[in-house]
Amino acid sequence: MSATILLWSVTLSQWMLVAAMGCAAFRVVRGPRAQDRVLGLDALYVAAMLLILTFGIRTGSTIYFEAALVIALLAFVSTAALAKFLMRGEVIE
Amino acid sequence: MTGLDDFPLWAAILVSLLLLLGSGLTLLGTIGLVQFKSFYERVHAPTLGTTCGAGGVLIASILFFSVLQSRLALHEVLITVFVTVTTPVTLMLLGRAAIYRDRIEGKDGMPEFDSGEPPSDGSSAAGG
Amino acid sequence: MRRVLPYPLLTASLLLMWLLLNKFSLGHLLLGAVIAYGASWAMTALQPAKPRIRRWDLIPRLFFRVLGDIFRSNLAVATIILKGKRRQRTPGFIVIPLQLRDPTGLAVLACILTATPGTAWIEYHADNGRLMIHVLDLVDEQAWIDLIRDRYARMLSEIFE
Repeated sequence: MSATILLWSVTLSQWMLVAAMGCAAFRVVRGPRAQDRVLGLDALYVAAMLLILTFGIRTGSTIYFEAALVIALLAFVSTAALAKFLMRGEVIE
Repeated sequence: MTGLDDFPLWAAILVSLLLLLGSGLTLLGTIGLVQFKSFYERVHAPTLGTTCGAGGVLIASILFFSVLQSRLALHEVLITVFVTVTTPVTLMLLGRAAIYRDRIEGKDGMPEFDSGEPPSDGSSAAGG
Repeated sequence: MRRVLPYPLLTASLLLMWLLLNKFSLGHLLLGAVIAYGASWAMTALQPAKPRIRRWDLIPRLFFRVLGDIFRSNLAVATIILKGKRRQRTPGFIVIPLQLRDPTGLAVLACILTATPGTAWIEYHADNGRLMIHVLDLVDEQAWIDLIRDRYARMLSEIFE
């Protein structure tokens, strides 16, 4: 019984997160300006991280946690670097 | 999803609700990202995913592994802390970059933000 | 005390993080302690400005207040998105004169405002203490200014100044 409930809710939330990634990807592609694309990329990273975590719940293994942590780190570093680049035209001053 | 037959029902329902709440809010945030008209409105949208969205999924994950392994699995707290600390920083940087670029291009509707005058202290004098 | 352990909070949180990443055992406790101690000494080379916290007792109150506000504004922004184009909204910028000058307090305020959906920190001028934020649903400008001053800025200046 509880396995069925978990399976259905994990599947449903995975589909929702995939749709969220689609919406974020739409904003990355459409723009219209560079800051909109960076914002979309940030949302894409967050949705991908949450999707990886739901895979961890689905398989019952904690190995996905490290992958999610790495994605969260990459999201922060890349968005900060891109925002810095938009501001000054250089990443390192 | 095998070997879950002795997983307690209350925990399964709670994990499911938290998962659906978190992923639903993330989806709503990105729908807002598509729907809103200007950049400054869009800045608000992804915070839905990074506060309650990420919070719901991460608490669900903590609860699931704690019940499954029958010991407290707290390592997801690290991601929670990390996401809540870093998201404001990136969004702030993006907002500043956006207003800088809009001012450089002389876009209409950008508010003036004069730096010369001292602040108009009225009722605010008591606030400090 | 200060000379032996320059950043006690940083050392403790690094050790906690190490123990969360690995499974708890005596070996990891020792290894994590050595690494956290070394990292806190490396931090002294950077010479960061040390925040001075005056009122520890207010921090949990601030934390729970922010948590509740984040949850409520999540619901508010979610309904705005669900209603879509059927409802008129007036997004806009507000300029708030702030009395809070402590850099750590301002950083915490920036994190609170940006993490709450519906408000976003845009710009701050240190020379006259003016802050510009963007609000998604701007109904009453003065109400927002009072809210941010009374709810957060006053408490933060009590904690840090």
